[in-house]
Amino acid sequence: MAAAFFFYLFSAIAIAAGVMVIAARNPVHSVLFLILAFFNGAGLFVLLGAEFLAMILVVVYVGAVAVLFLFVVMMLDVDFVELRQGMLNYLPVGATIGLILLGELGLVVGAWTLSPELLKVVAAPVPAPGTLSNTEAIGLLLYTRYLFYFQAAGLILLIAMVGAIVLTLRHKAGVKRQSVAQQVARDPASAIEIRHVTPGQGI
Amino acid sequence: MTISLGHYLTVAAILLTIGIFGIFLNRKNVIVILMSIELMLLAVNINLVAFSAFLGDLVGQVFALLVLTVAAAEAAIGLAILVTYHRNRGTIAVEDINLMKG
Repeated sequence: MAAAFFFYLFSAIAIAAGVMVIAARNPVHSVLFLILAFFNGAGLFVLLGAEFLAMILVVVYVGAVAVLFLFVVMMLDVDFVELRQGMLNYLPVGATIGLILLGELGLVVGAWTLSPELLKVVAAPVPAPGTLSNTEAIGLLLYTRYLFYFQAAGLILLIAMVGAIVLTLRHKAGVKRQSVAQQVARDPASAIEIRHVTPGQGI
Repeated sequence: MTISLGHYLTVAAILLTIGIFGIFLNRKNVIVILMSIELMLLAVNINLVAFSAFLGDLVGQVFALLVLTVAAAEAAIGLAILVTYHRNRGTIAVEDINLMKG
């Protein structure tokens, strides 16, 4: 009973927050509603018994991606009111396609059952409750059978990091930087000039 | 009253539809389009984890983890492109992005 209550609570808030993400006037509010949607998605994951993914969702999305969005929205000096103009023109087409898609997905969900034979061919069974936690079970699977996938994911993140730095790094002209080689190569002959000043005249 | 797999699939389907609707609704604003894509990826993840839980198969959760990684990388690269574009052209309106005559 409590599980049903929390399921409806989390899913209702997630859907409402999702609607507000695309409907909010201010993009900063959109980002905050996105954070709310992800929090409730994490709640749904906890209900499903996937605690590790729930925590990863909170850490990665709320902690990193949403803050990244927030920084970009606040840093860019953009007139968001102008970007919203013509929104009502797109509303009929968008609503039509959305409703068609939702109807199709509803038909798929409605006319579909799990075959009992499917339960016999699971690739990696979930451990029995009480023996192994979700995190340990995923770790045992991820670091053995899916090791290459894991490393490929790491490589993707590395490339994304390098790409983001390359894209946003800029070298401004006229910035004075330290050149260690030049400093070390200095000697008295190039650094000091000795002048003989005659008294009373100056240079 | 028990929550079945169909309940989770319905929630995921609604979230996916909201994401697609958001792309149509905010045709000019790249930031909201990126956020709509994030919503759609969340819906995909809910589907994967729900199937994983109801079939008793952990592979779905491993796959959801990989989807999460790709989504984070995509958001980082997309926002970096956005910042660079805004720096060069002073706008992020989608219809002004026509340098490649696509």
